[in-house]
Amino acid sequence: MAALLESLLQREVELNRALDWLRGRHECEENGQDLQVKKQEFVPFLLNFLRDQSSNSLTHGPATPAKTPSTSRPLRAQGTSSERRGNRSSTGQGSRSTSRIQLFSPAPSPTAQQHRGRRRMGPFGASAASRQTGARSGQMEEGCRWDGAGRKGRVAAKINEPVSPPTQVELNFNNLDDFPPVGAAHVSPIPAKPSRRINPTPVSTERPNSKPKSCFTSTPLSQPCSSSPSIPETFGPGPSAASPLCLQEERELLKKERSKLAQQTSSPAKPIPGVCTPTRPVRPGSKVTPDPQAPGPDPAKVTHAPELNLLAEIYCTCISENLVPCVFLEVFFVLQLLTTRSVAPSDTMEQDPPVDYLGNVHNCVYFAVQVLENQFTLLSHLDRCTLRLLAENERVGVFSPGLRDLLVQAQDSCTSKVYLHTFIHSVPFQPATDNRTNFSSDKAFHIFKKQRDIFYELLREWEDYHKEPGWEFEAALGNRVRAMVSQLTAAGNHCHFARLFQKQLVQMCKGPRVLGSPGDAPDADLLGMVGADSLGRLKRLQERLIQPQALSGPCPPPSFPGNQEFFRDFLQTASCCQLNQHLKDGLCQQLLQLNEVSILGPEAASDEGEEGVDGDMEQRRYSSVLVVAQVLAKFLGFISFLPYQTSEAPSREIQEAAVTLRSKSAPVLDVCAVLRSCIHRKRTVLTIPWLVEFLSMLDYTGPFLPSYRDAFGLLLQFYRFVMYKNSNMCVFVSILTVCLCFSVDQQLLYTCCPYLGEFRKLLAAFVSGSASKTGGLIRKITPTSAEPRGPPTTQQAFFHNQPPSLRRTVEFVAERIGSNCVKHIKATLVSELVRGGEKTLRDGLGSDCVNAAKLNDSICAQLCDAGMQALEKATRFCSENAPRAVRVLLPEETSQTVLTTAESITTRLATEKACSWLSSNITKSLNTEEANRTPLASDVIVEIKEVLSIAVGPRTEEEVFTVQQIFSLLDKVEQTLKSRKVQSIHTHFFPTLHILLSCSYKFIHVIMIYVLYTVLWSLCSSCLQ
Amino acid sequence: MVFFSLVRMKICRAEYKTIAKFIEQLRPTRQCMKILKDRFPNHSQSTLLSIFSLEYQKRMKRTLVKHQDVVEDYFQRYRSEAKKRPSDPVLLELANEVDLSPSLLARLLVERFLEEQQGSVSSKQVLNSMLKEPSLIPDMQLAKHVEQCTINDCCYGPLVDCIKHAIGQEHEEILREKLRERNLSFLDENHLRAKGYDKTPDIILEVPIAVEGHIVHWIESKASFGDEQSHRTYLNEQFWSYWNRFGPGLVIYWYGFISELDCQRDRGILLKDCFPTDIVTLCHGSSHC
Repeated sequence: MAALLESLLQREVELNRALDWLRGRHECEENGQDLQVKKQEFVPFLLNFLRDQSSNSLTHGPATPAKTPSTSRPLRAQGTSSERRGNRSSTGQGSRSTSRIQLFSPAPSPTAQQHRGRRRMGPFGASAASRQTGARSGQMEEGCRWDGAGRKGRVAAKINEPVSPPTQVELNFNNLDDFPPVGAAHVSPIPAKPSRRINPTPVSTERPNSKPKSCFTSTPLSQPCSSSPSIPETFGPGPSAASPLCLQEERELLKKERSKLAQQTSSPAKPIPGVCTPTRPVRPGSKVTPDPQAPGPDPAKVTHAPELNLLAEIYCTCISENLVPCVFLEVFFVLQLLTTRSVAPSDTMEQDPPVDYLGNVHNCVYFAVQVLENQFTLLSHLDRCTLRLLAENERVGVFSPGLRDLLVQAQDSCTSKVYLHTFIHSVPFQPATDNRTNFSSDKAFHIFKKQRDIFYELLREWEDYHKEPGWEFEAALGNRVRAMVSQLTAAGNHCHFARLFQKQLVQMCKGPRVLGSPGDAPDADLLGMVGADSLGRLKRLQERLIQPQALSGPCPPPSFPGNQEFFRDFLQTASCCQLNQHLKDGLCQQLLQLNEVSILGPEAASDEGEEGVDGDMEQRRYSSVLVVAQVLAKFLGFISFLPYQTSEAPSREIQEAAVTLRSKSAPVLDVCAVLRSCIHRKRTVLTIPWLVEFLSMLDYTGPFLPSYRDAFGLLLQFYRFVMYKNSNMCVFVSILTVCLCFSVDQQLLYTCCPYLGEFRKLLAAFVSGSASKTGGLIRKITPTSAEPRGPPTTQQAFFHNQPPSLRRTVEFVAERIGSNCVKHIKATLVSELVRGGEKTLRDGLGSDCVNAAKLNDSICAQLCDAGMQALEKATRFCSENAPRAVRVLLPEETSQTVLTTAESITTRLATEKACSWLSSNITKSLNTEEANRTPLASDVIVEIKEVLSIAVGPRTEEEVFTVQQIFSLLDKVEQTLKSRKVQSIHTHFFPTLHILLSCSYKFIHVIMIYVLYTVLWSLCSSCLQ
Repeated sequence: MVFFSLVRMKICRAEYKTIAKFIEQLRPTRQCMKILKDRFPNHSQSTLLSIFSLEYQKRMKRTLVKHQDVVEDYFQRYRSEAKKRPSDPVLLELANEVDLSPSLLARLLVERFLEEQQGSVSSKQVLNSMLKEPSLIPDMQLAKHVEQCTINDCCYGPLVDCIKHAIGQEHEEILREKLRERNLSFLDENHLRAKGYDKTPDIILEVPIAVEGHIVHWIESKASFGDEQSHRTYLNEQFWSYWNRFGPGLVIYWYGFISELDCQRDRGILLKDCFPTDIVTLCHGSSHC
């Protein structure tokens, strides 16, 4: 491999030939087989080569996983499994439950595998899946790595095949690259040393009694393994591919090894003799001292430009041809190269230093810009903020003004939509499902009433405090959660509570933000919007910044970000099997319902020309369905596999026993059936994203259960199929992304694939200048005074992106048309109507013994009919006149869609104006009549009380009443009693009167009270008739 | 009408404390209300009365037990005073002297009186009816003194209860009226109870509105001043429960509130001291609601 690359760099092999070879256009068919094999090996070699080359230059951000030796994987798995449990995970920084990782952890049965005819090499063992003997469908390969190539033809042949049986799909769960090793970037055991590579760990030297390693190839060892037992990328036999040694034992060894390494970080790792890969040990001394003051990259200082060009071209071809395992990793890597800081020249000179193609910042940036230029089509799919950050990156400008211009242009055509923040709601009370008739007893009903309130009380408390340092869910809420849940059991309310819980989960977790990667605060957007220009201001803001925001790397682990955390912690704390069972039922049901929801087919949606209102609606509908389904699936997975979660991976024996045991009972969800059906019905765009969420929650043993293993096989097959279909297009490739990028807007893509946002964070970190200081961290700004945002209306959204004149025109026309409409109706209908109503009212009140309430109601009904007529008339008037006026006043060039929208808004506004005037005027004309006549009962009683308290005494000399005052009060009492408004308080009024009438001590008051008494009783009895 | 007064009804916490402090020395008489009004001319009469009522009730709750322990003493003092000067408001004077609500004192003494007369404890019902209608009290002199107490007490007693109830009802009606004026359709408590809701705010809007940029699904009318303690109680027993079922909503404290309490706007509980003017309806055009 090295020779091949070397010969390319030395121009001994023509570049074009090599590129054609990479593209699969073999010129020399006679030795195509050889080339094929080499191609599979060449790509990982190249990727490793580039990472090695740059290992001393990259000092920031998480490492992109390279083709690390397979022995390092158990190490990695160990590293995470110890973090797996017990971390409270409210930090939001991604060190959460990482079951995805264990999907790829070593297989329980590393049985040696036989391959026919050909030498299978460690890293690429699983590549030719269908060509394998298929003898061990239940066994996973250990040490099998990414399969670099050779899938197209095979998959092509299978396009129309029904889902293949599992034996045909040789699954490679250990393969970190087939499914990107999510979380791999996180788990660097020694964070202080951002090591790109995991140093070779001499495992086998420590176990002298172990049997010699056998490999799964029939070819004898070409190199003595013992000398370099853990050589990365050994092209001899895979070092641990089929080790008969108990893996548990090996893990223990690795653990020890790791702790040793952690203790000796300062001492440079010893170079291992006989290394046959380009991987070089990292020189720690030179790595950790990036100098922010060092001069920036300079195109004039680039060395080895021709070689860099050549490397870039080969590398780009690998990306374009989808030969790399994960495009995101490569994009992330290139962006890291672009944003690398100047490194102090290394003083640890090796005796015969190899050529350092990427050894300085100039070369790194040069190479990165070359690649970015070449991969512009790929870049243009990124979101606007990332594009802007890229375009404003001074290095891009210096090294390639052309690329910068392209990026600026791409920003403008970027169609990313920003959805406004969604308001968090509670679950509405629905009489149909929540009222007393739905409960077995009054007691159950009332207990649930309390439970609902307690649930929200807990939720609010969590909202308030969970981010405070030292706050623990269990400590703060644990007892209350359990007390409430135990009441559920007592009252048998589980199904009610499960429904509430599930609905609230959906309510709170369907917002796009919530699903973002951990710590992906809105500030990242802010940074993007502000751009590099406002950097100064940004830096001043840094003092206010709190809570570091880490780059979680391109492969963050599955997590429960944002509000999901509450629900996760609640279920863990409640630990209630009845509740979990009801929840499983509910989640499953809603998921499958959502899965059937009609969404627009991918073909129709990808048609860019037809992006009308309908398309937009479809898009929104699809994204809301998808986001909800993902949350539900994640929680379904969480609850379903919760009983099986262990902090450590079980031993092989235990795992095998568990597989046997668990494969007897039906899984909660028939993943394979769902998957087959969605592929068959071309609905993968909806189904696969949520299935991935579900599967990400699997426990250690889960992936080895037949049903899930088959599902992984299907997924892999589907991925390859899609890749083949689109191999000529420049598309993002990932099992998830591939499903999404055809028909999905960017917002949703970033929501579902949070790792895409990492590009933006990396670039933003560079802009804010903190990349070197904090090791690639940008800090989160916590807004101290956030203005409450109003409810987003479509109207606001519409005007937002239109010229201000449009809004002014629309408002003006609406105002005028509305006003004219009012004048028109006033002149014709209303005046007559009001006059009629007033007359009826006057007549009615004038006559004796009239029921005021009935009178009023009849007038209202009368007016209501006429009012409805007026409103109809007004609506007609406005919808006739408003569109005409708007059309004349707006510029000719206005697009039809904009024009139509403006017309409808104008019509609506004008109608509203007219109708609100009409309705308020019609009611007002009546209400003024009544309001003037009727004093409030409470005022009257207060006044009577005042009079009485003076009458009863004690009182001063000045406190006296005139006869007029008394009569005026009596008058008010009369009116009050006549008013329909106080009907409801008559029952209270009468006892009051009774009290009043019984206090008769002074002569003058006797007379007064007597008058009152007679008047009132006559009135009251007439009112009550 | 006092509640349409233009006087600002929101009061900051510090100022509320000043008012509460001043109230400590006052007795629930009509003269005291005048003193209060003169001391704080920037606040409406009704707001001050409401605050007075809240603070006075807190005071009574604090001290009632203490008074209950010495009922016998009060009873004997009343007896001897009433004998000495039967035409004077001696019971009212005693209440003011020992700083107990006249109505409450009257109640305690009537209870004591009946116990003595009948040799047994009277029912609550009997007591209530006698307070409502003192002429039912067998002792005419006591009846007169009790009446003086209940009528002069501006915080406790059947008359005050009646006024409070009326005010509550009226404000709910004002609220409904305002909603009808704005053409906002709603369900009131009676509708909701009929449908079997377990918690019922005064109003549920059939189509939510936005008030000052905040979504409002329900409205609760409170014809009182919103002080710290009562607001906390309302939050726990009512407002959050409404939020838990109907989403964000609006509370109208018609007699004002401590301005600092309006801090849950973003969480979905908005406080106002009048019917809001800044209303945005979400259902534009097409169908008029």
